[in-house]
Amino acid sequence: MRRVLGYGGAALLAGWILVPIWFVVVGAFSTADSVYTYPLAPWPDWSLESMRFFVTSAGVPQALLSSVVVALITGVLTLLLAAPAGYALARFVFPGASAYRLTVLATRAFPVVVLSIPLAVFFLQWGIYDSVWGVAFMHTALALPFVVLMVAGVFAGVPVDIEEAAQIFGCSRFGAFRRAVVPNAAPGLAAAGTFAVLLSYNEVFAASILTLQEPTLPVFVLTGLTQAPLPFRYAGALFLLAPAFLFILLIRRRLVGVGGPTLR
Amino acid sequence: MSVSSPRPSAALPYLLLLPSVAYLVIFFASPMVQAFGLAFTSTTGEWGLTSLSAMVSDDRFWPAVWTTLILLVVLLPIQLALALAMSMIITGRLRGRGFWLYVFLLPLGVSELGAGILWYSIFVEQGWLNTVLQGVGLIDRPVIWLDYREPWRVIGTIVVAEAWRSTSLLVIILVGGLRQIPKDYLEAADVFHAGPWQRMRHVVLPLLRPTIRTAMIVRVVLAFEVFATVIALGGTATDTLATQANRAYTEFQDAHLASAYGLVILVVSLVAVGLVLAALPARRERGE
Repeated sequence: MRRVLGYGGAALLAGWILVPIWFVVVGAFSTADSVYTYPLAPWPDWSLESMRFFVTSAGVPQALLSSVVVALITGVLTLLLAAPAGYALARFVFPGASAYRLTVLATRAFPVVVLSIPLAVFFLQWGIYDSVWGVAFMHTALALPFVVLMVAGVFAGVPVDIEEAAQIFGCSRFGAFRRAVVPNAAPGLAAAGTFAVLLSYNEVFAASILTLQEPTLPVFVLTGLTQAPLPFRYAGALFLLAPAFLFILLIRRRLVGVGGPTLR
Repeated sequence: MSVSSPRPSAALPYLLLLPSVAYLVIFFASPMVQAFGLAFTSTTGEWGLTSLSAMVSDDRFWPAVWTTLILLVVLLPIQLALALAMSMIITGRLRGRGFWLYVFLLPLGVSELGAGILWYSIFVEQGWLNTVLQGVGLIDRPVIWLDYREPWRVIGTIVVAEAWRSTSLLVIILVGGLRQIPKDYLEAADVFHAGPWQRMRHVVLPLLRPTIRTAMIVRVVLAFEVFATVIALGGTATDTLATQANRAYTEFQDAHLASAYGLVILVVSLVAVGLVLAALPARRERGE
């Protein structure tokens, strides 16, 4: 009886998440005629009309490209900055380690709204306003605290023994890191990088402040939203949602606990 | 290795932290300081409260403050309950845990704007909600859910959309906490024939307290950043502090006014975090 209740509740909650996603899939893969017909049919026509309309609209290809470039820069830059810090937190006991953790966590308390406006002023002076670099730098600052903690967890999961063994067999400290630790940590590092990529692809507030002529995809969709016809909105929504379906599948197990025990 | 001098390895962890610290100083700390400078100067560069008073005297300021606070207060209990239920399922004894984990974490990776448009397609007059309600005979003709003359109705739709979108973050925090509860405690509860409700009330919730506090703090901070969902559902008719800050910069090109809004968000969210900490004070727990 309790079992049935458990599965029933789980199915209900899963429906609450999945049914709305199904609605947007139907909207995106239906013809304009179907989208404007009321009442709506629960199945799509499996037409690519709306998607094609969205992708070929003026400005969309450039915005999509900007989004992808910004997300990739963010992913790589965040990993480059986070990997050494995460390794230090995982391997060394040193004064200041917990202060560092705490500071990194405290950055979470400062909303993106407060950050992005002064950064826009800085970027104007530095000549990187309205460029993929400016947005990527901002997104890196947002992703870095999470990713450092994720990466620390990844390195902590690689046994110290194999690193010491590599050193005994003649590797330098860095050589041991590169040959013994990195291959073992690679899946976890990739997941952490994926997290940064996803955060960047989705982020809209800071990107809308930091761009003008070169918007990212969410900013482009947001700017034209009030005048946009329904097929454009629904196809756009699917484009914005789609990466999550794949990426969360890949990294779901590594996300758990990022904010939990480490946050105290 | 043991003969090498201790000096380089003592400095090593700090050297490894250096890039990230330098980055956060440049791209986090210094803009934060600059935000105060911007908020307390006028567009002509004079120090004073010009920007702040311009903000407060805007007709849309107080409605934006109230909408933001109402969203927070309504969403917090709903999301905690939802997240707790989802986390219990993920850590419980049901089969297919990987599937439940995937589904409940999905919205974590979902774009805020994408989620806003998704719920727009549901609440729009000729949308899914009316289709379903009319299909089962609850209404005779479409209801205008996104009626801009009825702010409460629009706020209701934003609550639903945000509950859908941002509960996942609380789920990962709570799952982390649930996994740390020693199995012995739950077994002890079983030995004494505690029912599921008693087990929840007297064993799980007290042990989960620090985690719940963390989840509430995260939720509170994020509540002040609600932005794209509001625009997707409420258009220009409904304001929050974040949409006002964005409008100040993108429409009025006023970095000072926008920073003033940013400062209000910072202060209000720090006060709210303080309230959470006061409501659930940290307790020294044995064995920690």
